[in-house]
Amino acid sequence: MASESRIGSDGLFNAAEVTTSGRPVLRRNEVECFLLSSVDLDSEDDPPRFASLRSGNLILTTHRLIWIPSSQPNASSSLPSSSSSSLPLAAVTHIFSHKKSIKSMFHSPRIRFQAESVVVTIVFRGKGDFDGRAWEEDEKSESEASSGSGAGTVAQGLYGNDGTVRMVGLAGILRKEQEQWESTDKSLQDAFQDLNALMSKAKEMVSLAEKMRQKLLSAPSSQNGGGDDEEMGSKEEMQQWMLSVGIISPVTKESAGALYHQELSRQLADFVRIPLEQAGGMISLTDMYYHFNRARGTELISPDDLWQACNLWEKFDVPVMLRKFDSGVKVIQNKSHSDEEVMSRIRTLVTKTETLRTGVTASDAALTLKIAPAMAKEHLLSAETKGLLSRDMSPDGLRFYFNLFPEIDPTDLHLVKGFGTYGEWVKATSLLSV
Amino acid sequence: MQKLGDFKLPQFFNYPPYFTLQPVRDTREKQIQLWKELILDYCKSQKIFLIGVEEDFPLFSNSAIDRTLSHEARETFLSAIVGEGRAEWLDKGHRKCLILWHRIQDWADIILKFVRENGLEDSVMTVEEIRSGTESLGTELEGIDRTILMRALKLLENKGKLALFKGTSADDEGVKFSV
Repeated sequence: MASESRIGSDGLFNAAEVTTSGRPVLRRNEVECFLLSSVDLDSEDDPPRFASLRSGNLILTTHRLIWIPSSQPNASSSLPSSSSSSLPLAAVTHIFSHKKSIKSMFHSPRIRFQAESVVVTIVFRGKGDFDGRAWEEDEKSESEASSGSGAGTVAQGLYGNDGTVRMVGLAGILRKEQEQWESTDKSLQDAFQDLNALMSKAKEMVSLAEKMRQKLLSAPSSQNGGGDDEEMGSKEEMQQWMLSVGIISPVTKESAGALYHQELSRQLADFVRIPLEQAGGMISLTDMYYHFNRARGTELISPDDLWQACNLWEKFDVPVMLRKFDSGVKVIQNKSHSDEEVMSRIRTLVTKTETLRTGVTASDAALTLKIAPAMAKEHLLSAETKGLLSRDMSPDGLRFYFNLFPEIDPTDLHLVKGFGTYGEWVKATSLLSV
Repeated sequence: MQKLGDFKLPQFFNYPPYFTLQPVRDTREKQIQLWKELILDYCKSQKIFLIGVEEDFPLFSNSAIDRTLSHEARETFLSAIVGEGRAEWLDKGHRKCLILWHRIQDWADIILKFVRENGLEDSVMTVEEIRSGTESLGTELEGIDRTILMRALKLLENKGKLALFKGTSADDEGVKFSV
């Protein structure tokens, strides 16, 4: 990990890793506490080193101060995001008290602290009434707290070193904890006491997890021949639930303030990747809302927050996008998601001898494409718009057929060419009448 | 493939989407074209001059696949034929449609040909005789719709090829040819 070496480009500051959507990569145990925009870092001791640290977002976590430029360099460029810097709180040796002077009333609020041998000034140029003192206190206590912890290895950050989203939160905790349990023969109760110390905020989640775990662990002993499959099924299901739980440091209105939606948007962009993959590259907004809030556990967001966060993606360089179908259905999809592939799968589906004759419904397509029926219907409708399908509206409902109209010769209604799908269809239907 | 009387239906008559008005423009245009051709073909072969939109018209339903055209679809297809000058609505409510598998001009030509072939150039006939007289037996004029016939005759009158005159009753209007 580059940020762990003391010989960063800035000496004092280490390079801070950020995800492709511009969120900091948090380390083990690290939780984001506060975020402020329009922050300059300055120093009287060594001005040139700080020249580039202007107008950025400053994030205070339990472990570090992270400074991220508000306009991210293009993620695809070869330049490393060297402009994002972090400073371990442990390096802060002294925080200077707030000097009250006439002068201080006119310039922006600022905090000075000493880290190693350098005196650093944080200048808050953002609007809004900012209580520097409170933050100072906050920082002090946090720094004390962080020096005390560090031995705990139970939780892991949401983001891995490579920027991918890890198996985190309760899932990660549980896995880790299970390993411990097996190897050290510690009691389950002890393990959860550790958890409580680390995740006091998610007490309910922990007790829920404990309940689930106990059920999981007791399953092997209580199993009998008949209920075996069922037990295994519910076990797997629960494992799945566990895996989908776990954003350890959710962006909240308290921590991000005015930048709430922006930061939420970035976190969401990082989070959607796995559910999106599982759903085949496209997922409805409602499903995403459910996944996201469950992963947060506490600090739930409102549908409107999700909507705003998704809308902000247009402004960031993120690999996902919000898409609105003509019918009004809103989905999240990968930018790389190609409709062509879906179309070709639909084409394969409707040109089978059987479906050529009977057509397909949205639920047929949903089964084949392994997506939700509502989404399947959207795909069928767009295939229809492209001229691939034609519809049949009957008392039985809406069915889609391979579009034969373009192949029929209007000057000779009885002509059926030996080749082509029309010929195939005639064959398929005549087989039935024989 | 099934038949309607002696009319052979095309294969696509059993294609269920053929009976649902297609919402996508390109597809719909092709569908309308195919219906236009089929309706005109069928009417010509069965000597049908009038289609009532609300009546049971054999082409408009297919019992083999259990599909029937909606009112909207019927009106759309017939309107398309009207738009091409191959049919006319007889009422504002678009309930009755006169099918002109021959245009009025073509019917006028057929009448002239009929007159010449039968040596009737200077004769007098009643309108009813043209429709059902011995001379017209087996020709296209046999059983021609009276409205269409009158239109064709009026067209010829305007060109000075004949003169129409009233008889004692409305049924026996007379025609004096002067070809």
